[in-house]
Amino acid sequence: MIRFLGKGLLRDAGRSRMPVMVVAIGVALSVFMHAYVHGLMQDSIEMNARMRYGHVKVCTRSFAENAAQMPADLSLLDVRALKQQLTAHHPNLQWSDRIQFAGLMDVPGMMGETRAQGPVIGMAVDFFSTHSVEGERLNVQAALTEGRLPQQAGEMLLSADFSEKLGVQIGDTLMFMGSTQFGGLAYANFVLIGCVDFGVEVLDRGMMLADLSDVRIAMDMEDAATEIVGFFEGGQYNDAAARRMQESFAADFEVVAGDPYAPVLLRLKDQDDMGQLIDISGAMGLLITFIFLLAMSLVLWNAGLLGGIRRYGEFGLRLAMGETKGHVYRSLQVESLLIGLLGSLIGTVLGLLFAWWMQEKGLNLGDSMQNASMMLPTVIRARITPVDFYIGFIPGVFATLIGSLLSGLGIFKRNTAQLFKELET
Amino acid sequence: MEQSYLIDLKQVVKRFPMGKGSFTALKGLDLQFEAGEFAGLIGPSGSGKTTLLNIIGTLDLPSEGGGTVLGHPIEHLKASEAALLRKERIGFIFQSYNLLQVHTVFENVEFPLLLLGMPSEERRKKVMEALDWVGLADRHRSRPSQLSGGECQRVAIARAMVKQPSLVLADEPTANLDAANSHHVLKTMQQLNEAFQTTFLFATHDEKVISYLKRKIYLMDGQLVKDERV
Repeated sequence: MIRFLGKGLLRDAGRSRMPVMVVAIGVALSVFMHAYVHGLMQDSIEMNARMRYGHVKVCTRSFAENAAQMPADLSLLDVRALKQQLTAHHPNLQWSDRIQFAGLMDVPGMMGETRAQGPVIGMAVDFFSTHSVEGERLNVQAALTEGRLPQQAGEMLLSADFSEKLGVQIGDTLMFMGSTQFGGLAYANFVLIGCVDFGVEVLDRGMMLADLSDVRIAMDMEDAATEIVGFFEGGQYNDAAARRMQESFAADFEVVAGDPYAPVLLRLKDQDDMGQLIDISGAMGLLITFIFLLAMSLVLWNAGLLGGIRRYGEFGLRLAMGETKGHVYRSLQVESLLIGLLGSLIGTVLGLLFAWWMQEKGLNLGDSMQNASMMLPTVIRARITPVDFYIGFIPGVFATLIGSLLSGLGIFKRNTAQLFKELET
Repeated sequence: MEQSYLIDLKQVVKRFPMGKGSFTALKGLDLQFEAGEFAGLIGPSGSGKTTLLNIIGTLDLPSEGGGTVLGHPIEHLKASEAALLRKERIGFIFQSYNLLQVHTVFENVEFPLLLLGMPSEERRKKVMEALDWVGLADRHRSRPSQLSGGECQRVAIARAMVKQPSLVLADEPTANLDAANSHHVLKTMQQLNEAFQTTFLFATHDEKVISYLKRKIYLMDGQLVKDERV
């Protein structure tokens, strides 16, 4: 009997190939959508981490409390030693020192007078060291609209909008004015060698990027930095691990309680509105995935329902031949389970392949995000997580099965003669 | 002593719900059939012949009245008992053949034997025998779509007869066949009736079928009009 039903299932495309295809497509879309939404949310968070906050950040307690003002006088000291200690304690993170600063950018005229001037927010990162990955991390090469990256002392990058506003060209010398770590006047000349456009209003409004060594000289910050940022290997923020680091940080680094200059470790979630963003992203991701899974489940449930209803005539015949209603019903459910499982397997593989391609290649939306005011990634990437390996089975198996369970109820609700009539029509 | 009938119906009433009221398809029928009969329920559409065939075939229950089919009281028959009765002792032939299109001729005829749990070798022998009765043994590997209408109906006859049931119910078996095929199919059924003493009960208004019947039961508006033996 099983062989007989199996033959029917395999030979009838409407009962096997078509439903398997429908389930596989639905499952593939569900898996891909989950990976895509997760990737999108995660990329937004990661971009903020790379550009500004790190997965964890070490700075002085006072700097953390006044971070919005970027107070150079509250910077970390003995940065080299501290970085070595951090690397020794947490070798699974990449550590980079940075200086966030603010000041005035002055454009001199022919006679040395001020031709143009504007407030600037700056970031100094390690461009020059051969082992540094900061340029790559900030994706500066891709953000360059003209010129090149700093290669020698005294060179800097400006955001393209800002350089246009100031009316400066590549090769022009500009003067940065700010305050040193010790509260004195800081000023230094920089040659503009490139313009960047991150496609993000926050960064492109008025940003200067320069090498750490130059800014250290300009701001009198030898062996100092406003922060040391740490990034987990694999590039994904791990809040549980960050929390563990935070809890043991005071003991590990013998931090003196109440010392305003003592280093503190901030998690990504602790900084600005990132906690809210991470929580909202997680909730949004879940919500979008839930809505999509629900929609997909309804489609597959309906497919299962129609698949069952289509066969009422056949059921009528089988009942007339003497098969019991229970046997007909159970065989329908077994078929549906097999179709759901096979379709889910195929769909999961297809969905993962597509998600993997999207994870590796990404989708460049740079052109359509020119005016974005949030720090959002221009390349959208999917991100495969362990959940993607089983999430498709929810609509694939359960919804299909529920559909056929419901349609099969017709076998019991209708009397045999009615099914028989449907067979004749 | 009361005579034992193959089918013994007493005051069978069948009502179907219609809107707020109901429609009475059978109005207190009394009918008896003996083993080996070749009988037909004759009447126009709506006369109640298919409804009666469904009740005799245990596919439906009477609203009132009752009786026995193959010794089983139909008014109290449970669904599982009815299924067992159909599986073991009743064969069906339909107007539109109702063969399983994805299965071969052999597999279609084999299906009732699979339900009976018959061993494979015995099944094979019986299927080939049944196909031999209807002259289609050489087409056992064909699919229904490769056969003519007449051949399909002969396969349906083989499927109904393969388990050698006591009763075969045929609802308008020639409605989709031309005259030549109709006669071929009816002759086949007549031969099987004579050979195995299987009771054949038709629902029909086709003159060709009527001409073969040995007993003609005329129905009109759910009532027996005439019961004629040839």
